[in-house]
Amino acid sequence: MVSPLDRKLFRDLWRIKGQAVAIVLVIATGVMLQVMMSGLVASLTETRRAYYERNNLADVFAPVVRAPDAVLARLADIPGVARVTGRAVGRALIDIPGDPVPVQSQAVGLPDSGAQVLNTVFLTAGRLPAEHHRDEALLLSGFAAAHGYVIGDRIDVTMNGSRRSIRIVGLAQSPEFLFVAAPGEMVPDPARYGVIWMRRSALAAAFDMEGAFNEALLSISRGGSEAAVIDAVDRVLKPWGGTGAYGRSDLVSDRFVTEEIDGLATMSRAVPPLFIAVAAFLLYIVVNRIVQSEREEIGLLKAFGYTNREVGAHYVKLVLLIAGAGAALGCLLGVLAGRAMIPIYTTFYNFPFLVFRPDPTAFVIGVSASIAAASAGSVFVLRRIFALTPSEAMRPPAPADYSKTVTFAGPVGRRLDQPTRIVLRGLARSPWRAMALSAGIAGGMALASGMTTIYGSFDRMMDISFSVIDRSDATVFFHTPLGEKAAFELARIPGVIAVEPFREVAATLKFGRREYRGSVSGMIADPEMTRAIDDRYAAIPLPARGLVLGEALAEILAVAPGDILTIEVTEGRQPVLEVPVTRVASTLIGAPAYMQMAALNGVMSEPGRISGARLRVDEARADEVYRHLKDMPTVAGVSVSENARASLQKLMDQGAGSARYIMGAVAFIITFGIVYNAARIAQNERSRDLASLRVMGFSKGETAFVLLGELAIITLVALPVGSLVGYALTFAIARGFSSELYQIPAYFDPFSHGFSAAFIIVAAVVSGLLVERDLNRMDLVTVLKSRD
Amino acid sequence: MVHALRGVDLDIPEGEIVVLLGASGSGKSTLLNILGGLDRPTSGTARFRDADLGAMTDAGLTRFRRDHVGFVFQFYNLMPSLTARENVELVTEIAENPMPPERALDLVGLTKRLDHFPSQLSGGEQQRVAIARAIAKQPDVLFCDEPTGALDSATGRAVLEVLNDVNAELGATVLMVTHAANIADMAHRVIRLVDGQIGQVQVNEARLKPAEIEW
Repeated sequence: MVSPLDRKLFRDLWRIKGQAVAIVLVIATGVMLQVMMSGLVASLTETRRAYYERNNLADVFAPVVRAPDAVLARLADIPGVARVTGRAVGRALIDIPGDPVPVQSQAVGLPDSGAQVLNTVFLTAGRLPAEHHRDEALLLSGFAAAHGYVIGDRIDVTMNGSRRSIRIVGLAQSPEFLFVAAPGEMVPDPARYGVIWMRRSALAAAFDMEGAFNEALLSISRGGSEAAVIDAVDRVLKPWGGTGAYGRSDLVSDRFVTEEIDGLATMSRAVPPLFIAVAAFLLYIVVNRIVQSEREEIGLLKAFGYTNREVGAHYVKLVLLIAGAGAALGCLLGVLAGRAMIPIYTTFYNFPFLVFRPDPTAFVIGVSASIAAASAGSVFVLRRIFALTPSEAMRPPAPADYSKTVTFAGPVGRRLDQPTRIVLRGLARSPWRAMALSAGIAGGMALASGMTTIYGSFDRMMDISFSVIDRSDATVFFHTPLGEKAAFELARIPGVIAVEPFREVAATLKFGRREYRGSVSGMIADPEMTRAIDDRYAAIPLPARGLVLGEALAEILAVAPGDILTIEVTEGRQPVLEVPVTRVASTLIGAPAYMQMAALNGVMSEPGRISGARLRVDEARADEVYRHLKDMPTVAGVSVSENARASLQKLMDQGAGSARYIMGAVAFIITFGIVYNAARIAQNERSRDLASLRVMGFSKGETAFVLLGELAIITLVALPVGSLVGYALTFAIARGFSSELYQIPAYFDPFSHGFSAAFIIVAAVVSGLLVERDLNRMDLVTVLKSRD
Repeated sequence: MVHALRGVDLDIPEGEIVVLLGASGSGKSTLLNILGGLDRPTSGTARFRDADLGAMTDAGLTRFRRDHVGFVFQFYNLMPSLTARENVELVTEIAENPMPPERALDLVGLTKRLDHFPSQLSGGEQQRVAIARAIAKQPDVLFCDEPTGALDSATGRAVLEVLNDVNAELGATVLMVTHAANIADMAHRVIRLVDGQIGQVQVNEARLKPAEIEW
């Protein structure tokens, strides 16, 4: 048996359905983002942990030039080391038939017999290569899928200059290759970077590692110290050319996954409360209005003997129903959205399994936060209900008091017509409400303009990176640094227009207690193709002595021009340098440190060495050039700028950057919700006045002026404020979307602000029309005869 | 389908005070709405002078209300955000041939309350502002829906006095809807509605002054 009050409740809900739906959607959006993001954080964190544990990912990685297997025993003796294994790894080029550019990839050794000790592969299909078999290999499953390779196919691989044909016997994934990008490209693209696993003896032959290893993997026993182990490993491997051991958190793959998880976690904490606060405010205004118009009913109920608590509960139920519906819908959408996001992660990160598992605490937090916020608003409403005595409620309310607003006695005031005075006094009487609504719309404007600016920022980042900073067509990497003669050889290839050699040296950069494992790029004195640029896109000349740092790196190390960096080079004779920072360059991709090539080669005591070169290529002969490069034994890899750009674009559109589309859509939905509610609120409060005006012979247009004038002023005040806040917000959003991989620039984009302002004006007009339609339908006499 | 009015055939002469009596549901409000240009009849015609109200567009009805009609409602319906004078100006600003707002307020005896907001006026005063607002445009017809319904007897009489004066001095036709039969004594003509039909039309040979009406 439904009580009459509950029946009234559902009729009330039906009456305000438009507003109720708008508020439900705002709450649902907030809760959806919360459930989706924290669910993704939980799923990614847990899946990663389980995957690492199950497949024995090493805790410490120690690259070395060449160390005999006997050294492994000494590594195993280091206190805190649980297990250790040595393996051969190297760069390989996979020749894709029909593609002139060879695909860079990594070759990883499997033990000749027995199971893998650490970094165990996860077979998705087929089997491991037969023991001691030299021509069988596993292929990274994402790469195989991208190129349509199946088990049994043969591929041509060039390792250390020699080419061989190998047979794919299995497809695999590995916890150390969750996120893989070609060196020099940094952007993951399953088609553009591969991993092959072969038996150790097969690789040892190719890389000259018989009885030796060039990478040690170590796991740390419970209670062992990673820092202490790394120090000890570095001491043991130093004589064999150890280039610096590092922990899991410095593993490129893990670093990117961590960054993604951290970004999601930050957003899941910051964004949803915003939505819930807006919804609570709207809910408060709507319910407050209902209570005001139902004074008589409230008085009557009290006269019948209903207690304050029973009457109050009736209105609180209305609030809770809306908040609860929003939260429930949000939870449902959150799970659906989270599931929909999973393919993005399985595409860009090589997880063997990834199931969206919503975080139960996210449901609890989402639901309780929306209900708590909504109830907070209803406390004020309840106070009003409790204060109403039956006798007072039965009298029509006294007209609202406007005597303390504005008199319009001045020369300008006297000229204002009455409808304008109605609008202005309405604003003057409840300035706080007007400001709150204005702030709400300004918030929508800020979100919308900030998000649309970010859309442009992504494009700008691509443009500046690939048209201003790097203007080359391709980059060639050599296996080992070569003499400058190699550059002339490249220049002689038919179709190559220009060559710009560079030297790249792996190094750890340190300043105070901060450090960064990266590299130093040596460039010719006056480079044409790849340049360091300042914030006005002008080239920065490289000093004869000193470093020019990319913005991201300067920020990571917290250095400014004039500071002296310690650079521990991890290759060659491994010098330790003290170099002053002379300038900070605007960089949008990566975290480079630039130096003059001659100066870098000087400190390395390796004059005239180059690691590779950037090329400008005749477009018509590009294929010919790449085919030529493919056959050069000295070439370890070629990165084509166009492909790198396409990969980055794909990442932006489908991967990490794709969240901007969801956030953008959300910004516009919430903005519309706020504007629409503002219009409805104005209508509710004015319906009686508007009916009077219509009866007096005011036309629909003139009446609409009184209704929408207030909304128009509130909106027009909100636009410039929102635009300013949006500009500031752009920096925060850009920061949120930026990663070590790329930086999203923030700037003022007139188009985005104009577009957002236009959207809000259109939203206001559409809301106005919807409201006006109801207004035209309203029964004038009924409204006027009611007591309000 | 239920008809609120059936077979109503009625002429209202200009310049009279006409009282429309009837129980609730008798159709008097519907009749008032049709005559006042707030609603259209589903069949039949309603004419103001030579114009067919039923054939008018929304804009035409708005125009009709703006130029010819004044309304007074039971709950006054003043703009709370405008002072007494401004509430009257609301109408004089858009009327063709209005009287000065001050004169309208003088006619209802509110000369001293020109700049008060509705919240600062008593119920009777608010109703008199509503009447001033209705007559300021010098309407041809004044429609009053239960104008004294929310007032005590003294204030009610004062309001009726004003309506009587407006009729006498401005020559406006006054059409008053009420269920208080005693008010009928001040009318030139009394129309009783029963179940949507005209029950009786009575022409008063001798009218009472509002002050003489029993409450």
